Amino acid sequence: MKIIVTVKQVPDTSGKVAVNPDGTLDRASMQTIINPDDMNAVEAALKLKDELGCKVVAFTMGPPPAEGMLRELMAMGVDEGVLVSAREFGGSDTYATSQIIAAAIDTYGVDDDDIILAGRQAIDGDTAQVGPQIAEKLHLPQVTYAGEIKKEGNTLTVKRMLEDGYMTIKVGTPCMITCIKELNTPRYLSVGGAFEAYSKPLSVMDYNALKDHPLIDATTIGLKGSPTNIFKSFTPPQKGVGLMLEGADKGTTDKLAGILASKHII
Amino acid sequence: MAANFNSADIAAFKNVWVFCEQRQGKMMPTTFELISEGRKLADELGVQLCGILLGDNVDGIAKELGGYGADKVYVCNSPLLKNYTTDGFTKVIVDTVEDLKPEILLFGASNIGRDLAPRCAARLHTGLCADCTHLDVDLDGYVNFLRTGSSLDVDNMSFESKLFDVNKNLKMTRPAFGGHLMATIVCPRFRPAMATVRPGVMKKRVYDEALANKVEIIHPAFELNAEDVQTEVLEVVKAAKKMVDLIGADFIVSVGRGISKDVEGGIKLAEQLAEELGGVVGSSRACVDAGWISADHQVGQTGKTVHPKVYVALGISGAIQHKAGMQDSECIVAVNKNDTAPIFEVADYGICGDLFKIVPLLIDSIKAAKAAK
Repeated sequence: MKIIVTVKQVPDTSGKVAVNPDGTLDRASMQTIINPDDMNAVEAALKLKDELGCKVVAFTMGPPPAEGMLRELMAMGVDEGVLVSAREFGGSDTYATSQIIAAAIDTYGVDDDDIILAGRQAIDGDTAQVGPQIAEKLHLPQVTYAGEIKKEGNTLTVKRMLEDGYMTIKVGTPCMITCIKELNTPRYLSVGGAFEAYSKPLSVMDYNALKDHPLIDATTIGLKGSPTNIFKSFTPPQKGVGLMLEGADKGTTDKLAGILASKHII
Repeated sequence: MAANFNSADIAAFKNVWVFCEQRQGKMMPTTFELISEGRKLADELGVQLCGILLGDNVDGIAKELGGYGADKVYVCNSPLLKNYTTDGFTKVIVDTVEDLKPEILLFGASNIGRDLAPRCAARLHTGLCADCTHLDVDLDGYVNFLRTGSSLDVDNMSFESKLFDVNKNLKMTRPAFGGHLMATIVCPRFRPAMATVRPGVMKKRVYDEALANKVEIIHPAFELNAEDVQTEVLEVVKAAKKMVDLIGADFIVSVGRGISKDVEGGIKLAEQLAEELGGVVGSSRACVDAGWISADHQVGQTGKTVHPKVYVALGISGAIQHKAGMQDSECIVAVNKNDTAPIFEVADYGICGDLFKIVPLLIDSIKAAKAAK
């Protein structure tokens, strides 16, 4: 039994975000972080490892510097890293990305008692599509928005969160579960872990490693193979600065209430 | 799978479809927003608008969809469709789409829509755009939207494309990078063009009983067996606590990190102001992350998108993620101690001061202003 976790290195959109004049993101000037929901998936994997002693393998697709993120995860307790990286994979939308990661996971091998964990969504795109689409390409059942995971033998019982409550879902392995922040609190990396991280196996799967997989076809990967394309990108308009009311006393609030009343807003 | 199905054979696809999400036999409000928006797109294309409704014995809620603009509703009933399952719903939708070939397929971006739509798109081999906030077929309409909805100089831009017909393809606009950027996505080479749409963004039409009476209810043949569903739903639990209805609220009073010196007191003040206005309490992500208030109150890119008549931001600095969820409110009032807080950039009226001092005064002022009317 092993646990595969899919992770993504993303620009930290909570900090300052720089936009190029042409409306694209100036990634070079931004900090990168491990996608927050993915950290919950990693923690869920490590908890199962603590309990069952199984191996945890992290998969990521991205440029070579993403290796640093895999080492960081190894310092937390992940046993092995796979970096899926090739120029041919660049510009992939969620469909093409899922296809490539599914091919990589399938090439590595999925056993009957394996679990694949992913974050619900990445903060750069916020799509939540790659997890389910990997599951579809691997013909595995999925449970998204997991707020609680219990394992008994090869059966998982998952609390799947809804806007107005939750569902309890039973699913057998192998399966894909996507994780949300309510699931757990990610652990910190340990000093000992940081030392060990560099002796753990890390492999790179490039285009050559995957090109013969049935899911990989030049017409279904990368920018050209992606079903969706960006037509235009732009920054939202800056709304004109409104009225700053003078003062911070009863006169000020009276004025505001007066304006709202005169506009029939209240 | 229908033997002749080819998602790249664009000419074979026609009509706009909306996945009509219901839970426990009750239609989700977003469905009516999507039907209303789907009507606009169908009119722009000169085609029919169809709902696809899955459940167990749900014919009774199909007719209402007509009142918001659906020409037809395809209803698939089965005990296996009583509760939502990814496998069951994906199979029935994909099989029906392969048979009937709609050119556009919309889902609400609910926790269920966002589970189902990607799975369907992957099986159909087509593109899916997540969490859209604006949809256009008609190019003029899109350009007009950009005129006010973007910082682009649209009069000096070209919208032509050698690769596809810009006037026929669905243009799906969505926020990305936490709302810092907007992107318009197209799916020119495959059909159906699929999108999930953020709840609360599209405007619901006025319900028309005469249209509801004319809607055509169709039961397409489909096959679904217990073996097709690999998951088992053990229970469906509704939250005991009533969730706050941010999307339907006319007045929202939201709190941010500014309440940190007295969290309980700050929330209480927000509740009092919301009560005076007849509204509800919202929150920034910071307060939800800190555990001060439950996640159903969260407004913003990762929370809910709202456009109330009045949005009052108390002690909210105005991170772009927050602004992405509230900047289309009709009137924004901001109270913040820091006069350079970005929230003032989107506020119609700003007061620089301590919310703990301002809010009680504001409640009195509003009471007085109402009494004077």
